[in-house]
Amino acid sequence: MIIPMHEYPVTKRIIEIAEEYAVKNGASQVNQINLVVGDYCGYVASSIELYFEIIAEGSLCEHAKLNIERITPKLKCSACGELFVRKPFSFECPYCKGEGVPTKTGQEFYIKSIEV
Amino acid sequence: MSEKKEIDIMESVYDKNDKAASQINLSFTRNGIFAVNVMGAPGAGKTSVLIQVIRRLKNVASYVIEGDIEADFDTKLLKSMGVKAVQINTGGACHLDSPLIGKAAEELSLKNGVLFIENIGNLVCPAEFQIGEHVKMLISTVTEGSDKPYKYPLAFEKADIIILNKCDLLPYLVFNEDFFMKGVRALNKTAPVIKVSCKTEDGFEEVVEWIRNKQKLQKE
Repeated sequence: MIIPMHEYPVTKRIIEIAEEYAVKNGASQVNQINLVVGDYCGYVASSIELYFEIIAEGSLCEHAKLNIERITPKLKCSACGELFVRKPFSFECPYCKGEGVPTKTGQEFYIKSIEV
Repeated sequence: MSEKKEIDIMESVYDKNDKAASQINLSFTRNGIFAVNVMGAPGAGKTSVLIQVIRRLKNVASYVIEGDIEADFDTKLLKSMGVKAVQINTGGACHLDSPLIGKAAEELSLKNGVLFIENIGNLVCPAEFQIGEHVKMLISTVTEGSDKPYKYPLAFEKADIIILNKCDLLPYLVFNEDFFMKGVRALNKTAPVIKVSCKTEDGFEEVVEWIRNKQKLQKE
């Protein structure tokens, strides 16, 4: 089945990684997948959830519960060093009005662990 | 039934792609190829910019991998100009990834030159995937509006060079250049922002000089 959508290849990859580790650990079924998704990583957590079941069909992850931990992106102020969540159309620091620069917080996209 | 067991993984979903990208990058470098990942929204003028740049890259072999969801107009156009080009049709996927590039690169038998990889017209996903490039070139336009760095921060953050195309239209548009530049600089302190127009052919000497300098640095 081909689902021409943005989240398809990465959802497939998530299942592959979970399967690899399950097989390595001699497990025949994945019960839970703990995924960390930053809101800036470009992938919509709800879309991954939506398609997970369809794509997982017939794999070791078929009955797995997908737990998604979402991370809100934060900027770091180049003047006072505080981390903050940006307002739309602004990179301004709410504490000192300095300029915020991007950080890795919010760009996460990894599998933290699985339960087999 | 056996007991439940938690296995720590901590593996990035991008990991497999990134490893493949490193391999491709290494192979490009070994063959004297400087690879440019060209990103921009649909209609930003990615192919038109490439045509202007390639014309001015005298004495340098230029190669193009064209990424599109469908169709091969751009590849045909480039080939008609004598550029070695190959088409990738993703059939729906919104960005290029490393395995696709690996295959296309083989077809071009690359040797000593500059390879432009024109990504799918999209300001979101291409920025997330490395495809073996040495640099990322972002093509933005004055017609898209000056708020784009604020709305699509990742593309502006990751770019090594930002081309602002269609600048001949500035007199007819409301484009707040200060607001645009403020957004760009919050995200990216180093990438040069070069104003060009494919219509008037202005600004491209600077782009070509930047490419030549980066290519020289990569060779050393």
